[in-house]
Amino acid sequence: MPHIALLESQPGIRGAMAFRPETARPLNDLVEVLLHAPNSLSPGERELIATYVSYLNDCHYCQSIHGAVAAAHLDGDEELVHRVKADFEHAAISTKLKALLVVASKVQRGGKHVTAEDVAHARSLGATDVEIHDAVLIAAAFCMYNRYVDGLATIQPRDEAMYRERGKMVARDGYVSVSKTYLPAEPVPR
Amino acid sequence: MAHIALPEGLPGISGAFVFRPETAKPMRELAHVLLHEPSSLTRGERELIATYVSSQNECHFCQASHGAAAACHLGEDDVVRRVKADFESAPVAPKLKALLSIAGKVQSDGKLVTAEDVERARREGASDLEIHDTVLIAAAFCMYNRYVDGLDSWQPRDDGMYAQMGQHLAEQGYLKSSQR
Repeated sequence: MPHIALLESQPGIRGAMAFRPETARPLNDLVEVLLHAPNSLSPGERELIATYVSYLNDCHYCQSIHGAVAAAHLDGDEELVHRVKADFEHAAISTKLKALLVVASKVQRGGKHVTAEDVAHARSLGATDVEIHDAVLIAAAFCMYNRYVDGLATIQPRDEAMYRERGKMVARDGYVSVSKTYLPAEPVPR
Repeated sequence: MAHIALPEGLPGISGAFVFRPETAKPMRELAHVLLHEPSSLTRGERELIATYVSSQNECHFCQASHGAAAACHLGEDDVVRRVKADFESAPVAPKLKALLSIAGKVQSDGKLVTAEDVERARREGASDLEIHDTVLIAAAFCMYNRYVDGLDSWQPRDDGMYAQMGQHLAEQGYLKSSQR
């Protein structure tokens, strides 16, 4: 049971966002820019970073939904998502993405763990400053979203089909558009 | 030197915000709602939660700037130091102590927050909204702190600069930069 009175019909972060639409809006705007808006990193690559960090933080809801969004962007390749979580160095992804996942995993433990060598390595494999910036911020942001979802003890169903369907919808329409299905049309004054 | 080419002369998160305005906008708006807009928790209390979490994450820029904003709201800086050192013995309300205890758990891992932690906060008068906002402030500073440190942004050791910044944040909030 959630720690506070969240709508039981809305699992994970959706319940928390419906509870507090004023914070839901910037939270959705941020994830939209980081994961869905046009970028030189593909949506699939960015979702893999989000999924990997959520996996390291052991957040069931976030790693399941972002893993499903990633798979939807990657032609339904759920096996690749599992490989990245288990051992990304041996997964069938680009060397640049592997270097960015190293940076992301350091950020997950604490930003100060990222070294000049980690960044130089990513750059030598073709990562731009914006891509390094975005890898750092995606990792940092998921250290927020994961703690938000777990810290309120939100409902996190064990239902792969639910995540798979939702993942396809988010991959197609984006976060802000999908948020309209669970947020009120206008901010509710308190 | 920062890990990427951030604009020079802008400390901490300000340089990163100028580097990537598309992400700066929602990050500023989130901080503004959580720390500055009207709430049943005072601005000083909310800045203390942000400062405490930033101190647990050892982020110099964030604990110095939000500590200065808290001191500005509260009219003194001794309480800020005492909250960072040992909030249970600091001169703050029992409700805020219970919320700081929840924030400290969230800083480590959201799953560490127990029903007992939440019950204690409720017993001291915390509402569901206050508990929600405490969890999200703590979670959000786990993002801001990692962002500032993960880019190796410039974090001056300059108390006067943070005092000025804190005053700007306390008076103006988070939507516009304190840097000119």
